[in-house]
Order: sequence, then C-alpha cells, then structure tokens
Amino acid sequence: MAVRPLMLLAVALAVVGCAPVDDTATTAAPTTSTACTKEQLSLLTPGKLTIGTDKPAFEPWFKDDDPSNGQGFESAVAFAVAGELGFDRSEVQWSTVKFDAAFAPGDKQFDFDINQVSITPQRAEAVDFSKGYYTVKQAVVVSEKGKYAGAKSLAELKDAKIGVQVGTTSFNAVRDVIKPADDPDVFNDQIDVVTALKNDQVDAVVVDLPTAFYVTAAQVENSKILGQFSSTGGTPEEFGLVMEKGSALKPCVDKAVDALKSKGELAKIEQQWLGSAAGAPELR
Amino acid sequence: MSEWVKSERQVERERVRRSRARRSASIATASTIVFIVLVVWGITSSPGWPRVRETFFDGEQFVAALPDVLEGFLLNIRIFLISEVLILAIGLLVALARGIRTPAFFPIRALATLYTDVFRGVPTILVIYLIGFGLPALKLQGIPSDKATLGIIALTLSYGAYVAEVFRSGIESVHPSQVAAARSLGLSHLKTMRFVVVPQATRRVVPPLLNDFVSLQKDTALVATIGPLEALRQAQMHTFNTFDYTPYLAAALIFILLTIPMARLTDHLAARTRRRRGA
Repeated sequence: MAVRPLMLLAVALAVVGCAPVDDTATTAAPTTSTACTKEQLSLLTPGKLTIGTDKPAFEPWFKDDDPSNGQGFESAVAFAVAGELGFDRSEVQWSTVKFDAAFAPGDKQFDFDINQVSITPQRAEAVDFSKGYYTVKQAVVVSEKGKYAGAKSLAELKDAKIGVQVGTTSFNAVRDVIKPADDPDVFNDQIDVVTALKNDQVDAVVVDLPTAFYVTAAQVENSKILGQFSSTGGTPEEFGLVMEKGSALKPCVDKAVDALKSKGELAKIEQQWLGSAAGAPELR
Repeated sequence: MSEWVKSERQVERERVRRSRARRSASIATASTIVFIVLVVWGITSSPGWPRVRETFFDGEQFVAALPDVLEGFLLNIRIFLISEVLILAIGLLVALARGIRTPAFFPIRALATLYTDVFRGVPTILVIYLIGFGLPALKLQGIPSDKATLGIIALTLSYGAYVAEVFRSGIESVHPSQVAAARSLGLSHLKTMRFVVVPQATRRVVPPLLNDFVSLQKDTALVATIGPLEALRQAQMHTFNTFDYTPYLAAALIFILLTIPMARLTDHLAARTRRRRGA
C-alpha cells in the first residue's frame, strides 16, 4: 500500500518537474530604439518576417486561399507593411493562425497577424494592435426574394432572424444597433453564415461591407446588400494588425502603417481590392 | 449475571484499530497537502503564470460572462433532456430489431445494422452539420426550421446508434436459458422480450447508459455549430470580444456541475447492482 502515496508524490514531482521553458524575453520587451531596420527587429525567425492569418482565407481579403500571392486586400497590405520594414517578398513567410490562437497566451507563431481583427479597447488589454489599416462598416445582406428585401431601415429588421459569424464585431453590431427580438444565430465560419442565408435559415446576415460585396457577387445568388451601418456609435471601427502584448515590433509596424497611409499607398491598395465596396446606402 | 464488560483484549484491539485509523488519516491528509502544494507551487511559479492567470482566471470576466453562459446553458439542458428520451426509444428499438431472427424480417435487421454501423462511425459534428444545413437545404415542407430541434435530431441519430449497441449487449448478456424457459412456458418471442429479457437487460445496462448520457451532455455544445446560442458559444463570444479565456472556464464549471451528480448516480447504481448480486 505504500506504493500509492509514493506514486502520487511522483506525479506531483513530475508536474513540478516540467521545467519552465523559460525564454529570456518574457518580461516587458525592452523599449527599443526607434531604428526599424531589418537587422534590429526581434523576429520569430531571424531575417524573415512571419505573418499569420486564418485558413481558409476569404476573398476579398485574400485570393485563392493563398495569402502569399500578394493578391487580395490584406495580403497586399501585409506585403506593403513588410516592404516598409525592409523585407522583400522572399523574406516574408506566412503561417496559419486560427482566430483564437492569435490572442492565446504564450509564444506566438507570427510576428504580426492580419485577419480582419477589429481594434477594441478590451481586446487591446490582451494583445497589441497596430494602428488601423482599414475603417470597416457593417452591412446587411438579404435574399432578394425574402420578406426583408424591401426594408429601408434597421428598425424594420427587428423581427428578422439574423445570422453572423462568431468572433466578428458584426454580432455586437446586431445586438447593440439592430437589437432584434430573437437572438441572432452565430456560426463558426463565413461559409456557414452564407449557407444559412442560401437555405433561408436566416432572413438576413450581417458581415463587414467588403465581405458583403463578395457574398452578393460570388457566393449567394439572388442576394443583395440592404445597406451599410456603423457598429459603433462614435469612433469608427478599424482593423488592426495583431501582435503579442508588449511586442517590440509595434512601434515599427505603426510607423510602417503610418507611412503607407501618408503616401496614399493604403488608399491605393484599398481602391484596387475593395474599390467596388463603396456605394451602399446608409441604414439607420 | 453481571453486566457484560469488554475484555481487556477487546479494549486493546479497539485502541490499536483507532490509532491505526488515525495514523492512516493523518498520512492521507499530509500527503494530500504536500501534493496540492507541490502542484500549485509548480504551476504558479512558472514564468508564464501571471499571463495565464490574467487570461484564464480573471474574476471580472467570469462574473461578466456568467449570466449569458447560464442563459445559454438552459438551451443545453433542453436539448439534452429531449434527446435523451428519444435516444432511449430509438436505441431500444434498433437493438430489438437487430435481434430479430425471422427470415422475413431480414431487411429490418439489415437496416438496423447499417444504421448502427454508419452513425457510430460518422463523427457527431458531421452529423450535426448534415442535419443542420442539409435538411433545410432540401426546402421540403414540414422540416423544422428551429436549429435546436435540428440539433436534437442529429444528436438522437448519433447517440441512438451507441445506445442501441449498449442495449444489444445487455440483451445478449441475458442467459439463453431465460429465453428457453420463457418460450417453454408458451410466451411468444415478443412477450419473451417484453417480460423476461428486456427487463433484465435494462437493469444491467444502466451504468453504461448513464455514461453515454454524461457524454451526451457535453456534446450538446456541438449543436452551436449550426447557430443556436448555447453555453459554450456564449462563452466563446465573450472570449472573442475580450480576448480573454475566462468565460470558457465559466462554461466548463457549469458543465461539470451537471455531470458530477450524473457520475455519482452512475456509481451509486453500479454499487447497488453489485450489492444485489450479493458480491
């Protein structure tokens, strides 16, 4: 019988014995010099910039589910930021990072992650965001034959069954702005949201505006955008690049985003990939 | 006659027993404390602990998420209770169908076998997807549009196959002499099953059945994939809003609170069966 307590002890010791994998740089990153040259950046893989995004990567943010081809808005932005930091295309590597892995504690699999992540103060407590690279609006998509096809205001959607994708601020937009009588349906993937709309399982879906244009143009026949609206009352909602909390890279990435903005580069990329996503009527 | 007094030997015997019991109790206590202290110390002294505590054990987030998670959990309970009843019915029917030996009923037996083979083999989440998105896509009249209902159908199909096998093992564990005796009394096959075999079989399979139901309780969370806001999804949404994992912990606790009584009940029933068998 003396074996059992010993074994317990052994287990306890084994737990303790999992020697902490201590990386030397767990504490707050040293406040770096503002020099953002490639050599001085602290990177996951030295000499390479590792960028994370989810898979599948959807249009119009990426093209052909291949972030490394430089096509699609976010792929283009990522390569532009990399370029500002001094990396050429061969020095950029992509890694697949699920949405919730981007903010999990512990070592990150990316230098920065680009995945249509909206910046909110609460989220910023867990990760570092770069400055916003895109100002996003929410949009309502309905079936052309559905009973809400003629709706002109958000108030008319009160009784609609609405579908959204989990993790998106679209859910908050629905809850806070449309305030439907019924809870919205929440799906894992954009594909599931689209399927629910196709099946008439939901009356309307709420997605960000560029996605809405892609949904209506390529994914769901006979669907249309009712209009766009802002999920937040005051401050505009922006997408930001996600970095580890206390990332030494942040000042440099911020500088790069600012530079792209002031040079008009970001606007150009936006025009190229999301250009069509302009004129949708404002819903109130 | 004088009053009975314990012999000295008996007194001594009891003293030794008491001191032994005390000794083992104190050893158990000490080793438990040492074990817990070591584990807690090991975890909290790890370099990433402050970050982990912030992301997984944030009291404020816990309190903020709990009402929504609880509200979602009501849906889990509803799904669970309804599908449980349906699963028992389907499981028993399929098990009985598999036991039919009459040649004319071969198609029924084959169908029942096919059903258990297919639905035990297909991952539950895929069944939920197929039912949740596939059925409505047919756009037939009379197909339920409520997602929780679709989830119940999917879970029933999936778990019905498991439970059918549990029932079948119970039925096959009833000794053939019982059937022979019943038949020789003139009971038909149906009556033999109804009055002799199934009652004995059911008693034997209660523990494994409850085990399957504990598992079902957790799998109600899978229904979230087709839309409804159950507990885990509610937690997930809080997590995605705040980038903090504490809400998941809230959901986990609630699930545990439901499964623990179930597990104890299983233990209790198993113990009762053992006692009744005189072991």
